[in-house]
Amino acid sequence: MANIHLDTIAKGYGETAVLKGVSIDIRDGEFLTLIGPSGCGKSTLLRIIAGLETQDSGSIAVDGDIIDGKRPKERDVAMVFQSYALYPHYTIYDNIALPLRTRRLSNAQRFPLLGSLVPGRQTIEVGIRQEVGNVAEMLGISHLLDRKPGQLSGGQRQRVALGRAMVRHPKIFLMDEPLSNLDAKLRVQMRAEIVDLHRRLGVTFVYVTHDQAEAMTMSDRVAVMIGGDVLQIAPAEELYRNPDDIRVAEMIGSPKINVVARKHWRIGAPQFALPDSQIAFRPESATIAAPSGGMLEGNVAGIENLGADIFVKVELGDAGPMVVRRAPGERRLEIGESVSVITDAAHMLVFDAAGKRVRPVERIAA
Amino acid sequence: MSKLSSISRKVPQILRHGILACTGLFALLPFIWMVSLSLKPQEDIFAADFHLWPSQFSGVENYTAAFVSAPMLHFLANGIFVCAAIFLVQLIVCVPCAYALAKLRFCGKDTLFAAVLVGILIPPQALAIPHFIMLYLFGILNTYASLIVPWMISAFGIFLLRQFFRSIPDETLQAARLDGLGEFEIIWRIMLPMSTPAIAAFGIFSVVAHWNDLFWPLIAVRDQEISTPALGILLFRDDETGQSLGPLMAGSVIIVTPLLLAFLAAQRRFIDGMASTAAK
Repeated sequence: MANIHLDTIAKGYGETAVLKGVSIDIRDGEFLTLIGPSGCGKSTLLRIIAGLETQDSGSIAVDGDIIDGKRPKERDVAMVFQSYALYPHYTIYDNIALPLRTRRLSNAQRFPLLGSLVPGRQTIEVGIRQEVGNVAEMLGISHLLDRKPGQLSGGQRQRVALGRAMVRHPKIFLMDEPLSNLDAKLRVQMRAEIVDLHRRLGVTFVYVTHDQAEAMTMSDRVAVMIGGDVLQIAPAEELYRNPDDIRVAEMIGSPKINVVARKHWRIGAPQFALPDSQIAFRPESATIAAPSGGMLEGNVAGIENLGADIFVKVELGDAGPMVVRRAPGERRLEIGESVSVITDAAHMLVFDAAGKRVRPVERIAA
Repeated sequence: MSKLSSISRKVPQILRHGILACTGLFALLPFIWMVSLSLKPQEDIFAADFHLWPSQFSGVENYTAAFVSAPMLHFLANGIFVCAAIFLVQLIVCVPCAYALAKLRFCGKDTLFAAVLVGILIPPQALAIPHFIMLYLFGILNTYASLIVPWMISAFGIFLLRQFFRSIPDETLQAARLDGLGEFEIIWRIMLPMSTPAIAAFGIFSVVAHWNDLFWPLIAVRDQEISTPALGILLFRDDETGQSLGPLMAGSVIIVTPLLLAFLAAQRRFIDGMASTAAK
């Protein structure tokens, strides 16, 4: 149980600034996801929380206590790595038991070869065996305890890595793209298992990913990071409906949000959108209409039929391509057919030239 | 037609094996000669005509002579003790050095690594006189220590292990740190077990070099009591047997055999270790 308070964390390697003063408040028991393109500093931030890297400035507090100077083992955090980072020469049992052994056995009891002769070790080992057994059962890997990591499949190794993190009941769970080495089907399954785990353990999770589907489906809140800055922290639904920045809007949602510069709109653009602004709308809030009947003119450039949805790619000439979602059963479109696109003002998101969200004046007043 | 093509396919293969066999034989010739001499009686060795196969076997006499007239087992024990001690101390020095150079961040790391590379380039013979003077000043010439101390730090070992350690992912070490292991425990529990091929390769290099070394023991040691096998054979020739080549060759066979057996046992490891460092 822990809340984490990150206060203007900055970190650079030589000339390049990786984190430019990141401040986030993570609530007790929350599942917070850090999402961003590769190189945005999300993994670095996670490593700084873990104590594997040191920040250049700023500080971290857990439950109000500053932990900046503490070494990783003193921070009571557990981390699951992208490569799982299991110890290949240990059995699964020993992999999971190691964090308990390092904490419960004295230096003498852990001494190579002679340690097992030191009195008291056997009783502690019995306790450890019990707990490793419980964790293994919870994750469904009890039958694998005698094997080595090399003999396991990707999903099983993932579970072992989770078990090694869980076994000592840390206050904070850190996960660095834990699902990116799994195949698509397993990834969906593990997604649900991790969410379930979070609910059962009730501890604070900080999860790093570049996959927006993971961020959307798993987290309480999502922090979008780009270029070393946090652009917005909000529940996934809020990020999708009400993004603060055009980069947030483009990162969340699949297919990507459509962005069309103000100057390409013949009619229908909101009053408050300045001439140099950009107007964005989601594929599902647009419809296809007869040529010259809509707001934007173009030709059908591609059709993707996913069964439940059909995505139509419309080439708008200078304004570039955009995507409209249609329900199956609507009139079939032909490639090259000229069409127009209609969307309604309520679903339009207006961004200024710098990419910041512009909201209508009356809404701010209200 | 098909017969012809199958023959033409086999020709390069036969050629290849022929060339390999010839070069292999060339390398083996001194050994074959040694074994042959060790089985021949004195008059056969100095006979005018040349034949590999002894006309009469006196292997038993030669090998008995080697064991009886020289403390052969004592030399072997000395060799095992000195080589094991050297390798052990080298590991104790090299492994933490290599770990620091491969995985830790500190000021002057690149300079230090450059110094290690320079260390590999210096031939050991160039250091013989400084080492000799140093050991003389310490007053430990003609002791076991004089055979071990100059070889305690192996620049080659540091380099070899550093290259291998670099291939171990950082995430594994970070996981170990989060699991509560200290740096020395990481070396002992994580790095060492994961680097057995490299350590085996280094072990073979080290043991072969020091088992066969004649140059340094000849400088540092005069006493038969602490002679390594190679030096022992030399002393044994001078003092006891003079021109009796048969027992001398039998002695040589005796000191080479343990090495050959050790190499055959560790051959696969040796090649793994070499290949993995070459690929980096």
